[in-house]
Amino acid sequence: MSGFAKPLKIALGLAVVAALIVVPMNFNRYGLFILSQWAVMSIAAMGLNLTLGYAGQVSLAQGAFVGIGAYAAAIMTTHGWPLPAAILAAIVLSFAVGWVLGYPALRVQHHYLAFVTLAFSTLAFLVFRNESWLTGGIYGISNIPRPHVFGLATNKPLPFYYVCLGSLAIVSLAVWWLIRSPWGRAFMALRENPLRAQSLGVDTRRYTLMAFAIGSALGGIAGALYAPLTQYIDPVPFNLSLSLDLLMMVIVGGAGFYFGPFLGAMIAVLLPEWLRFTEGYYLMLYAVAVMLLLIWSPTGILGILDRYLAERRTKAASALRAVAKSRLETVQ
Amino acid sequence: MSAVLEVTNIKKNFGGISAVDGVSFDVREGEILGLIGPNGCGKSTLFNCILGQLTPSGGEVKLDGKLVTGLRPSELNKLGVSRTFQLLQVFPKLSVRENLILAGQEHQSNMASRLIGRSDAGLTDAANQMIGFFKLDHLADEPAGGLSYGQQKLLDAAMAFMGGPRLVLLDEPAGGVNPSMLADLKERLVAINREKNATFVVIEHNMEFVMSLCSRVMVMAEGKVLAMGRPDEVRKNPAVIEAYLGH
Repeated sequence: MSGFAKPLKIALGLAVVAALIVVPMNFNRYGLFILSQWAVMSIAAMGLNLTLGYAGQVSLAQGAFVGIGAYAAAIMTTHGWPLPAAILAAIVLSFAVGWVLGYPALRVQHHYLAFVTLAFSTLAFLVFRNESWLTGGIYGISNIPRPHVFGLATNKPLPFYYVCLGSLAIVSLAVWWLIRSPWGRAFMALRENPLRAQSLGVDTRRYTLMAFAIGSALGGIAGALYAPLTQYIDPVPFNLSLSLDLLMMVIVGGAGFYFGPFLGAMIAVLLPEWLRFTEGYYLMLYAVAVMLLLIWSPTGILGILDRYLAERRTKAASALRAVAKSRLETVQ
Repeated sequence: MSAVLEVTNIKKNFGGISAVDGVSFDVREGEILGLIGPNGCGKSTLFNCILGQLTPSGGEVKLDGKLVTGLRPSELNKLGVSRTFQLLQVFPKLSVRENLILAGQEHQSNMASRLIGRSDAGLTDAANQMIGFFKLDHLADEPAGGLSYGQQKLLDAAMAFMGGPRLVLLDEPAGGVNPSMLADLKERLVAINREKNATFVVIEHNMEFVMSLCSRVMVMAEGKVLAMGRPDEVRKNPAVIEAYLGH
């Protein structure tokens, strides 16, 4: 979004952050739950945006990594471990599993890769459901404690919302750093032209595995926050439909755009709530809205903005050329 | 002059067809070697075998006397072997400058320090210099996909030089480039060859371009080497005239 002046961008960013801190203070319990869920899903979608949007590797398994993170956190915190330790474990575990899941991507791409990751998603769900000695099976894990932060309990919705928001802020900064580092450029090279990337010394194997591992680790962080948010988990929320939801968030927001996941998660989590007044029709309206958006702009919401800004730049440039040309003619 | 690249008896079969059938040659330090031959004679396949994009069915490739057969393209590139492609291969959504930074970044320190280091890997100046050298200044911030065919060809060549390679394999650099731009390209290639002491192997169909640029020319036909020598020798060789240049 290079079309805005820098101070304007910074002011806009600060205003959004301030609003996210101040406005929810008088939200009710349910409003805060929804907003916390938005923060958590944004983290998971940001991970998928890295794997899919930037590095171009299709994955239908992001929901499974949210599940892995959630179960890791639930099991550890109900056994007395503090949440930060559980988050760290969730990161390490989903990073490692994501790395391994990256190997098929070295051989297959696109639809075939989608099917490989889809099979993994199903496998993860079956482990959550059937290995009841570890996961509690269909009864799940309840009484998941919420953490104390600097000695303050976060049992109430507002403090825990701030935990989610703070985590989102940290992850956002880390992803921003990653995207603008040479790694981000190498990820985009994987997406745009892996053949050329190889011949320029880009170790495409290692970057592909990294794209999967880091994206999955962010899914794991989201899961590790989801467990204490709901304080009860069972296998159902982590089935294939979560992976599809996350994929939709990334696509609707705008794959490969930094702010895409925030917008996509907002639409997926908040729009159904806003449409609730239509009662029985809200899911239908939601589905139609998504279809229309993707027909109008296959590159998602930020794709619309991007096209508008590109057009404006082209117009400005041709106006400049026209002025330069007329001046040249006058001189002659 | 010592040999930078030694290729010995390289073979590549696709099913029952041998696209490259026992090709041996060497490339001397600092020279520009032309590689010509009719379409389908195995020139690009030979390039791909040397560069690790294809695994040869037989034979070996040595770089500075060290065996490099079977190395991956990215590993070879880190050893200083670079290339351009016959068909356009740029990163369309990245700007011209970003394309060039990407082309050089993997040669800067290691992967971990590239993550925590500067976002341009310290290459903005080098990229700007390359942009100036190839006269792409007015396009530096444009997405590469928006450039004309000839401009993308120039960018493709510029990218091959960002890592400071010792050996560059150029696959039809002149194809589809207009005459004035072509003169520019030739001038740039000669300058880099002299100043940076880079060695080139150039596949090209434009005879005038090859004969005026190259110190030696190798002619291939049906997967084999037909002739090798100075441009004027090759031009007079009856077998070459028969197979390629026509009567």
